[in-house]
Amino acid sequence: MRLGLEIAVARAAGRLSRLAGRGGGTTLPGKILATIDPAALGALAGRLPLGSALVSATNGKTTTAAIVAEILGGRIRLAHNRAGANLVSGVASALLSQRDAELGLFEVDEGAFPDVARRVQPQAVCLGNLFRDQLDRYGELELIAERWRAAAAELPPDAWVAANVDDPLVAAIVRGRERALCFGLDDPRVAREGLPHAADSKYCVVCGTPNAYAAAYVGHLGDWRCPGCGLERPPLDVAAHDIELDGLSGAAFDLATPQGTRRVEVALPGLYNVYNAVAAASLALVLGANLAEISAGLGRFRAAFGRFERIQAGDRGVLLLLVKNPAGANEVVRTIVSGGAPRVVVIALNDDIADGRDVSWIWDVDYEPLLEGLERVVVTGSRAQELALRLKYGGLDPSAIEVVPALEEALDRGLSLTSPGGELVVLPTYTAMLALRGIAAGRGLVRQYWEAAA
Amino acid sequence: MKKLEVVVGHLYPDYLNIYADRGNMAVLERRAAWRGIGFDYRGIGMDDPLVPGEHDLLYIGGGQDREQALVAADLAEKGEALREAVAGGAAVLAVCGGYQLLGRFYRDRSGTDLPGVGLLPLHTVAGERRMIGDVLLECELAPGSPRPLAGFENHAGRTILDEGAQPLGRVVAGFGNDGQSGYEGCRAGRVVGTYLHGPLLPRNAWFADWVLAQALARRLGEPPELEPLPDALEDSAQQVSAARARARGGRYS
Repeated sequence: MRLGLEIAVARAAGRLSRLAGRGGGTTLPGKILATIDPAALGALAGRLPLGSALVSATNGKTTTAAIVAEILGGRIRLAHNRAGANLVSGVASALLSQRDAELGLFEVDEGAFPDVARRVQPQAVCLGNLFRDQLDRYGELELIAERWRAAAAELPPDAWVAANVDDPLVAAIVRGRERALCFGLDDPRVAREGLPHAADSKYCVVCGTPNAYAAAYVGHLGDWRCPGCGLERPPLDVAAHDIELDGLSGAAFDLATPQGTRRVEVALPGLYNVYNAVAAASLALVLGANLAEISAGLGRFRAAFGRFERIQAGDRGVLLLLVKNPAGANEVVRTIVSGGAPRVVVIALNDDIADGRDVSWIWDVDYEPLLEGLERVVVTGSRAQELALRLKYGGLDPSAIEVVPALEEALDRGLSLTSPGGELVVLPTYTAMLALRGIAAGRGLVRQYWEAAA
Repeated sequence: MKKLEVVVGHLYPDYLNIYADRGNMAVLERRAAWRGIGFDYRGIGMDDPLVPGEHDLLYIGGGQDREQALVAADLAEKGEALREAVAGGAAVLAVCGGYQLLGRFYRDRSGTDLPGVGLLPLHTVAGERRMIGDVLLECELAPGSPRPLAGFENHAGRTILDEGAQPLGRVVAGFGNDGQSGYEGCRAGRVVGTYLHGPLLPRNAWFADWVLAQALARRLGEPPELEPLPDALEDSAQQVSAARARARGGRYS
């Protein structure tokens, strides 16, 4: 079959999927295309006049890619998998649906990164971080790091890699690479006191000695150095200095780049979003953006869906914050508490494949700071009972815990516990977030994710 | 009268903690406290000595391959002290990687045997595909009263028990020790090893109490009858987990 005909078949399938109410058709066209012609992805990407850029990380890839789109989207037509479909099929679907695109901008699942990179042959890559996430699905962290190393070594020699060298595993990938732009944070005032419980990648990648941290920012990300062999964080090409965190409202920092330094503000809360902003700035730089464009884009950006999304439900608000692994959850908890500990919270735990079937990770999350001001928590999702146990054994009085497995019922219960004019904090895993947005969309409160993506 | 307490030694908490082993510790601590029993937690790190007679319970969790390799040599050095502690009445709970390390040896992909502690009559052979999924066991630690144990497993090693060795339970759903024998875990007196994490103890309250009672047995001569606690939440979590195992446990991925 010719590529043009294959594309027509695949696109029609996407429209049918939407019409049939089976979701947004964000992966089906790509799946069909990949089945008809496995080489099609490379051929489609090869048509892009400005090439492709890939963003991969355990945490923050959707937000980082969305910020880059905000920075570049005004002057470059993008093929961007904005709705978060980030496997080979999702990338192919984005290419199919945005056929006049000039540049491909794709967030890519950390497990799928080597495969997508091989097919797409990107001209730029942004590697954000590797945290322990869904061991049942990806296997161990070292294994993913090893695959990333191999994939990075196979990139075209003129391709740029923007790398978060605050992560020792990512730093190891760009060591010795000519076209590498190293980014990270540089403000010990906002560092944590030490590594969190059960931090990942605590040991030197070369000699196995525990790394020492001049500043630990998020999980094992920070200004690290191995006391054993002397390996240390490489010098930063792009860095955030003088970071000011403003609770749940946002953050401001000095963005230092090879083009100069500029104060930027983002409407995203928490240190983890400063990482996303610096990652996006770094990728935009290697894609040719200037500092003025970058700071304007960062200023305009509003959160990617479900990651930090405010939904108005009558006279009450809902704040959705996606939580999917210990490192991300700890930052979300820290950020929420910095804005004043909430009185009521809804926490949703599903155990589908996209959430991770193994729910043991919730025991590595430091929920405790959240429990201090809490009067009532509604736990929901397919594994609501596990969450209830996590909080009970974390010291919360069991009478403050309500187990409401059905998501819609739990959302309504949370809203009924919220005073008029107040805001309900909801912390869902991935599929629970999609389902909750679906419920809100059904009530006409938000648009479906594929519509928001248009 | 002096307050009853239990001293728990957690081996390598910085290295072997991948499946939320602190959840197991939190459960033991709270369930002891709710009954007025003191809980003295002591981490035992890489270069810390293991003093036989100091602990009522020794706990060892699982890690990624890299972490497990880092502690294996140290644990081999502590082997004699560990065996002496057990001979003196200490209970041991080993989960996942820790379970493998308590066997006689671990044969890696290249066919090399890494020596284990030899506390449990078993050995483990590295396999090609990982066995990942929800698991449900039926355990009969007290003859005539079978109890369910629900968890999650994720291991490439196939653990083979010696002839006559006692497994922890019969596999109702999931892979278990090697995906073939129909059994999971191993028990030798007060020493128990298992692949079940999730973590193991929160949703299996009866088993948490069994472990606690085994630990107290070192002081009391025999495992005490612990007063029951309100476990409705624990039991409903176990039921959900058991249903998961029945619906989707034990398939190669």
